[in-house]
Amino acid sequence: MENRKSVALIVPSDIVARGLGSILEESGEFHVEEVFHDFSKAAESRLRGLDPDVVVIDPVVLDFKSRREGRNMLLDICDSIVIALDGPGVTEDVLKLYDGSVSLYDRQADLVRKLHGALDTKQPEAVSDGGELSAREKEILVCVAKGMLNKEIADKLNLSIYTVITHRKNITRKTGIKTVAGLTVYALLNNLIDMNSL
Amino acid sequence: MKDIFTPDMRLSDMIDMNYSLMQVISRMGMGLGLAGMSAGEACRQCGLDTHTFMLVCNVYSFPEYVPSQEDIAAVDISDIVRYLRGSHAYYTGRALSNLESSFNCLLEPCGDGRKAAIMKFFVDYKSELEKHFAREENEVFPYIEALQNGRRPEGYSIDQFEEHHESVDEKLEDMKNIVMKYLPSECDSQMRMWVLVSVYGLRDDLRRHTYVEDNILVPAVRNLENDGE
Repeated sequence: MENRKSVALIVPSDIVARGLGSILEESGEFHVEEVFHDFSKAAESRLRGLDPDVVVIDPVVLDFKSRREGRNMLLDICDSIVIALDGPGVTEDVLKLYDGSVSLYDRQADLVRKLHGALDTKQPEAVSDGGELSAREKEILVCVAKGMLNKEIADKLNLSIYTVITHRKNITRKTGIKTVAGLTVYALLNNLIDMNSL
Repeated sequence: MKDIFTPDMRLSDMIDMNYSLMQVISRMGMGLGLAGMSAGEACRQCGLDTHTFMLVCNVYSFPEYVPSQEDIAAVDISDIVRYLRGSHAYYTGRALSNLESSFNCLLEPCGDGRKAAIMKFFVDYKSELEKHFAREENEVFPYIEALQNGRRPEGYSIDQFEEHHESVDEKLEDMKNIVMKYLPSECDSQMRMWVLVSVYGLRDDLRRHTYVEDNILVPAVRNLENDGE
């Protein structure tokens, strides 16, 4: 039981949710903890508490503009792998932003394989806390201290926003400091920036 | 037996169990001169509602104490507001300025640049907190008083307060971590611990304060709003 991976579904269609749920349950490798039919505030706070291993989301629950941001929105909520459900109205470039995607036409074996595949590639770097910041993290910290936004940092360092956010989470985990103002003080005390560069 | 304070207990015994209650008692407008009395008697003497006083003392001291519907229904909102105003006065008038002077001392050996950066962080936090309190004093409390006088001001409700009642916790938490882990070694370690004790004290007190606002004041005012409809 314990080694089954927990899954949350954010899928508006009940038919799809139940189908997906029973296929995953049947495989014996996944357990569907909860199904959300929308991405409401209530769903958000439930997810925060559940922190499942995998979230499968149908990007149509997000309005068109925020579909690209959906992955990052979830990143702020839980540390789960996020799989997008491919379907009408979901474009290739949106799918690419997620940790993986599954299609309505996948067979059970493919579904299970894709979910496992995404779980295996989850970056392991986020585990340790209290460690030294990596060179990349220091670079990003300096940008944050200078007041740059995630998007600007991503452009400057040629990274995806998703990666920048992951780095920022790790910086906070390692330093114990959450706010931009606090990180700025940290950067100053560690001589990563000087007063004049602010 | 569940830990809980009752009106027949002496204030001094309550303080013995949790000395930070001295703050609550003083914010409610009671002096230590009453410490020998039972809580109920002291309340009568000061014109405080005993139930409300006991409720605040209980949630302040026992994190697992959750106010019931009946607790909320019986609350005297004016006394809650009195307590909250007293807390605000304590934070702005005393706790923050004491902390600021301790910081000034602690950071003396850091060199001007570093000292200025950390002090700026502190002062920004302080003014954020003061703004937060001022909004409650200038918007929320007058709104509640109007409700109590049977008026229902247009365009405001306690829901709006609840929605915008953002946490003031994060910066203080950052400050704690900076003092604990990242100050240069020139800073005096006794002074450092002293500052940390104050930061922890302020943090815990603010959390209880926010708890009273969110879990006693807001539902009680909501009841009052519904009564008027």
